[in-house]
Amino acid sequence: MTKTGFVVANLFRKKTRTILTVLSVIMAFLLFGLLQSLNSVFNSGADFVGATRLMTQARVSFTQALPLSMVPKLEAVPGVARVAYSQWFGGVWQENTQIFTFAVDPQRYHDAYAEWVMPEEQWQAFEQTRTSMVAGKMLADKYGWKIGQKIPLSSNIYPQKGGSKSWAFDLVGIYDGKDDNWRKQTNAVFINHDYFDEANLFGKGRTNFYILKLAPGTDAAQVSKTVDAMFENSPDETKTQTEKDFNLSFVKQIGDIGLIVRWILFAVFFTLLLVVGNTMAQSVRERVPELAVLKTLGFTDGSVLGFVLAEAVALCLVGGVVGLVLATLLGAMVEQATGGQFRLQVDGVIWAIGIGAILVMSFAVGLLPALRARSLKIVDALAGR
Amino acid sequence: MFSQTAAITGINIRSIPERWAPSLVIVIGLAGVVAVFTALLAMSTGFSSTLQAAGRKDVAIILRGGSDAEINSGLGREEGDIIRQMPGIRAGADGRPIASAETMIIAELLRNKDAKDAANITVRGVEPDAFVLRPKLKITAGRNFTPGLRELIVGRGVAHQFEGAAMGSTVRMRGSDWTVVGVFESGDANESELWTDINIARTTFVRTGESSVRVALDGADGFDKLKGALSADPRLTVDAKVEQDYFSGQTRDFRRTIGVLAGVVTFIMALGAVFAALNSMYAAVAARGKEIATLRAIGFGGLPVLVSVMIEALLLALVGGLLGAVAAYVLFNNMTVSTMGQNFTQVVFNFKVTPELVVRGLVISIVIGMIGGLLPAIRAARLPVTTGLREL
Repeated sequence: MTKTGFVVANLFRKKTRTILTVLSVIMAFLLFGLLQSLNSVFNSGADFVGATRLMTQARVSFTQALPLSMVPKLEAVPGVARVAYSQWFGGVWQENTQIFTFAVDPQRYHDAYAEWVMPEEQWQAFEQTRTSMVAGKMLADKYGWKIGQKIPLSSNIYPQKGGSKSWAFDLVGIYDGKDDNWRKQTNAVFINHDYFDEANLFGKGRTNFYILKLAPGTDAAQVSKTVDAMFENSPDETKTQTEKDFNLSFVKQIGDIGLIVRWILFAVFFTLLLVVGNTMAQSVRERVPELAVLKTLGFTDGSVLGFVLAEAVALCLVGGVVGLVLATLLGAMVEQATGGQFRLQVDGVIWAIGIGAILVMSFAVGLLPALRARSLKIVDALAGR
Repeated sequence: MFSQTAAITGINIRSIPERWAPSLVIVIGLAGVVAVFTALLAMSTGFSSTLQAAGRKDVAIILRGGSDAEINSGLGREEGDIIRQMPGIRAGADGRPIASAETMIIAELLRNKDAKDAANITVRGVEPDAFVLRPKLKITAGRNFTPGLRELIVGRGVAHQFEGAAMGSTVRMRGSDWTVVGVFESGDANESELWTDINIARTTFVRTGESSVRVALDGADGFDKLKGALSADPRLTVDAKVEQDYFSGQTRDFRRTIGVLAGVVTFIMALGAVFAALNSMYAAVAARGKEIATLRAIGFGGLPVLVSVMIEALLLALVGGLLGAVAAYVLFNNMTVSTMGQNFTQVVFNFKVTPELVVRGLVISIVIGMIGGLLPAIRAARLPVTTGLREL
């Protein structure tokens, strides 16, 4: 019998116990995977967004709109290749479904965001049609929107001149992302800022955000400092940050939930450690005479330690990997079910952390019983002392 | 039969200290489940009660039609003046209707111990009647703001959780400096805000009108009268809500999200705990196989054996559940956190571990204990006496 065979045979001697232990490890790692992916939503933000763009907003808060008269001043800043702007519209589809809707200048937006892929004639239609709108592919698929349709959207902020908050736009294009990461973000609608500004009842010529596309090799920090210094002590003080930090600041608004998630992880792991640790200790305790026999037969202290440790690693590894696989599947299902709104991605990083956790855990629970097995005195063990 | 059960249960429980390790697995496992469950729901309860406490039944809030939250709403000054003249509004001591036009502005403040990311805080410009409409609100330090000056009073929650909003400090907004001259307490969501005079807010932030108008309702039918009059007036497109309903509506999404999170996490952890409990109880039964067989041999019935194993499992589960509830209480009760509310601004609230949550946690632990104990108990009761006695 090989050593591996021996370990496996030992594991299956008490089938119920092994199965139950593996099941609890599976549950723990299923939770671990899901919570880690939730946690990474709060901490990392969208890593794929490069540092080639800066976002400028009013210093007080982005809800305070900035005047469009800032455009030429921003364009004059060295290192800024293109200035685009976007205004939050507060779009609502049908009864109560909020839709990310931004009023943008089509040409400028196109220049600033090479990541959005759409046929050139659709970009042109977006620019030339007054009441135009373009929708992300995910969104268009979800609601069955087709190019040429008139899409009724209401705004929960802006009434039109007549006082009505029901707006309607002509869908002239459907954009997609240039790669997988961007394709998953195609859940926004863009409308023509000119039309919005003209038809909207309040606040002419203003926008919530400026997007500054930087020339290659520009120092982003320097530009952001220059911009903010330019408007200091004016009624429209600005805050300029990289696109990544900007996106992250939205997630950060949710606040202390990340902390709670870490508490849960801690509780789960503590529980798990005890469960598996106890099971291992017990199985060693029951086999003290056997281990003594092994040693009598000439197995070294080290190989006895190895047997016990291998059992722990095997239990944790099987349970952990199955748990992580389940978490990956479940996360993908949640993402599907919510139409990509809620991204629970158990990615490579989480797998790496997970495998690390499995190894650490195996040693944490296996080491004590293994050491005990190693230090067994044959005579005492056989005598049942 | 009862005396038999009592006798076996007595033996079992007295022997727990000798085999404390497997018993501890059940206790700790369930403590974990109950602690997590209670903590998550305590967060949800705390958030809801903070918002709900802010709403009164005898106050109505009027927003622009279809706007749902104050941040999206905007009313002209003339509209505000029309609203004040509506029927159903209670008059104050001076004979004028009690009403406060309020404008909501968002400012960014840094969270304590977070140097980089700012959080959105509500700055509310109010009229003097705002204090009449919120009788719970008391200024506990410093003084009230002076109308016409750039002065702020700060809610206790904001003062605690965010930097740069303590008494005497200066908040910079829109190129101007505002001095914090007082701290107020109200025990509800108002504590998450900074308040100032509406007129200075209007001029500084270039607002002509207001975000909302709050009015005191006159008697039980006040709201119906007001609502009827508002919808009959062709000059207005506004929504009126009883303030309490307005705030309750804002907690719905949060309660649902946390409810789902708590449900999923508790379910998965509970499954893990069931497996662990099964494991421990099987081990406990196996360790006492000989003892149980002996009892059976001298005339004890199968049922008392089964019941006694169940009682042991339930007892351990209950201890674990209590431990978890206590842990959740000690660690989380009254812990102050903040998260984003409906207005896209921070709501500061405390975790609330209520007796109802503790009871629900204990019910969960008892259910898990029952499932974890049942199968091993059946095995123990069914074990043939001869097999049991032969086992080493």
